[in-house]
Amino acid sequence: MNFSGLIQDFGPLTITGLAQGAIIALFALGYTLVYGVLRLINFAHSEVFLIGSYACLVVWGFFGLDQNSATPNVMSVIGLLLLGLVVAIVFSGLTALGVELVAYRPLRKRNAPPLAFLITAIGASLFISETVGVMTQRNIKGVPPLIQPRDVFVIGNMHVTNLQILIIVLALVSMFLLDRFINRSRLGRGIRAVAQNPDSAALMGVNKSRVISLVFLLGGLMAGIAAVMYDLKIGVTRFDAGFLLGIEAFTAAVLGGIGNLRGALLGGLLLGLLQNYAASLFGTEWLHAASFVLLVLILLVRPTGLLGESLGRARA
Amino acid sequence: MTTEATSSPAPKTPAPGSMSAQEKKNAREDRGGVRGWYGRQPKIVRIVLGVVFAALAFLLPYVGEIPLLGPQIVTQGIDWPSALFNMSYYVLLALGLNVVVGFAGLLDLGYVGFFAVGAYTVALLSSPDSVLRTEWGWLAAVPIGLAVAMLSGLVLGYPTLRLRGDYLAIVTLGFAEIIRIVATSTETLRGDRGFSDIPHPPGEFSDGKPIFGVADAIPYYWLGLAVIILVIFAVRNLDNSRVGRSWLAIREDQEAAEIMGVRTIKYKLWAFAIGAFIGGLGGVMFAGQQGFMNSQTFILQFSILVLAGVVMGGSGNIAGAILGGALISYIPDRLRGIEDPIWHTDLFGFRFAIFGAVIIAIMIFRPQGLIPSRRRAMELKDREKEVAPIE
Amino acid sequence: MRQVLVRAIGGLAVIGLIAGAAACNSDSGSDDTASGNCGYKLAYFGALTGSSANLGVNIEQGFELAINQYNTKKGSDCITVAKFDSQGEPGVAPGVARNLVADKKILAVVGPPFSGESEAAVPIFEAAGIPSVSPSATRVSLTANGWKTFHRAVANDDAQGPAAGNYIKNVMKAQKVFVANDQSAYGAGLSEVVEKTLGSAVIGKDKTEADGKQTDFSALVQKVVSSQATVLFYGGYYQNAGLIRKALTSAGWKGTMVGGDGMKDVGLAKAAGNGPATGTIVTCPCSPPEKAGGTFVADYKAKWNVDAGTYSDVAFDAANMLLQGIDAGNTTTEKLNTYLSTAEYKGIANTYKFTDKGELDPNYIKVWTFKFDPTGNQIADQEVPTA
Repeated sequence: MNFSGLIQDFGPLTITGLAQGAIIALFALGYTLVYGVLRLINFAHSEVFLIGSYACLVVWGFFGLDQNSATPNVMSVIGLLLLGLVVAIVFSGLTALGVELVAYRPLRKRNAPPLAFLITAIGASLFISETVGVMTQRNIKGVPPLIQPRDVFVIGNMHVTNLQILIIVLALVSMFLLDRFINRSRLGRGIRAVAQNPDSAALMGVNKSRVISLVFLLGGLMAGIAAVMYDLKIGVTRFDAGFLLGIEAFTAAVLGGIGNLRGALLGGLLLGLLQNYAASLFGTEWLHAASFVLLVLILLVRPTGLLGESLGRARA
Repeated sequence: MTTEATSSPAPKTPAPGSMSAQEKKNAREDRGGVRGWYGRQPKIVRIVLGVVFAALAFLLPYVGEIPLLGPQIVTQGIDWPSALFNMSYYVLLALGLNVVVGFAGLLDLGYVGFFAVGAYTVALLSSPDSVLRTEWGWLAAVPIGLAVAMLSGLVLGYPTLRLRGDYLAIVTLGFAEIIRIVATSTETLRGDRGFSDIPHPPGEFSDGKPIFGVADAIPYYWLGLAVIILVIFAVRNLDNSRVGRSWLAIREDQEAAEIMGVRTIKYKLWAFAIGAFIGGLGGVMFAGQQGFMNSQTFILQFSILVLAGVVMGGSGNIAGAILGGALISYIPDRLRGIEDPIWHTDLFGFRFAIFGAVIIAIMIFRPQGLIPSRRRAMELKDREKEVAPIE
Repeated sequence: MRQVLVRAIGGLAVIGLIAGAAACNSDSGSDDTASGNCGYKLAYFGALTGSSANLGVNIEQGFELAINQYNTKKGSDCITVAKFDSQGEPGVAPGVARNLVADKKILAVVGPPFSGESEAAVPIFEAAGIPSVSPSATRVSLTANGWKTFHRAVANDDAQGPAAGNYIKNVMKAQKVFVANDQSAYGAGLSEVVEKTLGSAVIGKDKTEADGKQTDFSALVQKVVSSQATVLFYGGYYQNAGLIRKALTSAGWKGTMVGGDGMKDVGLAKAAGNGPATGTIVTCPCSPPEKAGGTFVADYKAKWNVDAGTYSDVAFDAANMLLQGIDAGNTTTEKLNTYLSTAEYKGIANTYKFTDKGELDPNYIKVWTFKFDPTGNQIADQEVPTA
């Protein structure tokens, strides 16, 4: 154990951990939204993220950009970023809707037992990631350096870069908007109603089917944003990138209290930080083990996560 | 109306869980289809049929000899007896997971952890690479391996007793990942370097050649099959005993069960321990056949696949678990070395993608699994009555 | 009723899918042409799918290229390529290996690529007497198993590690070196030897998870930066190495990354971007292909439309060595195995001669360093002593 290293590097580890945590939190929202409404682990959500992470690369590829291109000028970077975000969001959203349509809706119609949903989700996840794997020959795909990390400010040995600020701010803004949407809008009220009590909501005239599609779509949008951020931060994507980060995102969602939007944010950031601290303290190979140990410990004390499940309750 | 169970005119459907022996018998005989016919036969016929079925299973390695049909069944890209052996430990795992998920209703996503514990214990005790330097024979290491696996089931079960449903799922998943990471990252468990020269099961032919060698997988398959048959008997008896009824009560409504005097903690721990025991059994078999193992074997996808197998086959039903476990191993293996009819490329690259599609298709057309549990089918019928259709 | 019908159709569809696929099994041609030492098969055994597939594909393509060229030269489909996908997993390997040995036309195997699957599969080849030549399994202990048919066309970790260490110490003259590995049998073994060679120059150590299991290396990067090391030695494969290199550059680290042959792949530059990858040093127990004067690099690109990757050249050599043996009339597995134990073959990456344990003859082990240039190619740097 390397305490002096952890103390010395505490600042830098915090900022990089927050950036990673913000991505995980955005990704976790999809799990939390679907769980909040359907009480169902959407295993295929990892592939929603995967499709987003490839979609923006393909579009940037149309502009002749790859990992070796020079960084374009500021205006085109902003344009490309926005375009990449839109495309990733659209494709992730469509994937989420597609999964809902193919793998979940037929089962809902048949009143299938909850486990059946879990298994079709696994099937869908396998199908999408393996198809991408075959199509990309299981190779990595590099990301154009749209943003060259540059220090914005420095505190001690903590260098805060433009990319980290972008990731954290974008995540917080998307979270805030989503929170407002769920809590203030008419459609958001429908989601909360179905989350609280599907049958009463149906009696009150809420179209459950539409609410469910909307929830999948929202989760997809957030995953799309997370995917673009991930691409820019890590610099590479691969057919199993979704699965890998998906486990972390799901852990984060449960950690904060699955079904709870703010829980996902808290869980994501906490997980990002903890992974970094643990990697510094025990060695990078223990990074994932640390997150699971934390999860088990927290669930032992608070069996429904830090903030509890409450998408349907008064405060989301 | 989705299962064959409900297609027969069952005049008096007993409430699940409250069946007396007579009612159970009636329920068995009221059913249509093959299973209904089987249920109506006298005991002796059922025993004979069971024996015939087991004998056929033992002859499976030679199925390739049957003209026309045989070559369609055997795997192309992987040695058929080896594929059968792989199926046998998947079936074992499915049987064990069925106890945890199907009987007791505890969603376990990290079942491969117990498989790993069993296999690693054997490796530690028997491989010359181990720090223990005991170099026991395989058979001597097996009881210890099973005991440690069972213990690990209790260790996992105890702290998670408070957790329900999906929380349990992620915690068990976490446990399996922790086991994998510990196996990868600690010196004692040798990580990717693994353990070599793990002894095979003992036994020699009269000419001095070992029965369990490296070149022929048929003896391993037969051993696996024998173990499976024993496990089937044990699990069946458990399910029909007080323990099984308690599991059912816990699965259906934990609070109600507790109020009625079912000691939920005790029976949940039973489920975990028995599940872990059977998982460990799969692990020790695997280690004995393989001779070499390292941390790469125990990946998360493995547990997820086994769970998919159990649910696909029919959660809560022994026959279903066997079929599901066999299929998750068989389908990907069978797709090796096959050409697709249109572009004439080898399908093996696509085999997991195809497998994913097959899983979705099976679950959509048979949400209860291929061979649904009788009790589960009734529950579904109950639910269809009480819940207003949504769409 | 409609439901029943739908169900029945669905069930049929599933069965049809499997049976339909089954109906068109790729047939493994049964014509025997024994004339001119033809009609035999050489097999590739290793990962073609799964998370370690890319290294396997590199090797398979090098192997297949050699056989294609041989067949073109012969003007017939003399030697057939047989591919066996082990997914690189020791758990899968034995079943596939038993399938391989069931095909009596297979005279030899190129593979297995990884040390783990070698442990699981080679005993089966050994029992069947089929010789194997691995282009990339470098675990030292593999040759201590007493196998008669196992050969490796590559120096083991004990040879490459000291070379890398010496290069860092004597050529780069680095005082502060950070050593990390991916915990694979290959990476861990290599970095241990490097650590030993470097001694007190090692100022920090860390481990990561394997390729494809981890993508965020922030903590490792921070450790390297804080340690003020000028060199990072990473024992592992190119994907992780590329990601780490990119993250290091992003964090403003100016030092050099050094690694073994597992990182000698254009994939490193693909993951890191050519800019950050430039200057990265990899050691390889092989000679630069351009020294051999052949057209391998161009041929490979022409055939597969990708650049030759790690071990493609060694696999190409291993296949050619076996083809030369078959051409000389060694058309049984026993004869071919005997041939391998005596033959000396000059290939594009090296000259090959095996010891009785199947190791590459120490006199032929050459370790070169290669440097990533700004286009992502690995340019031969210099030959380094192994002791």
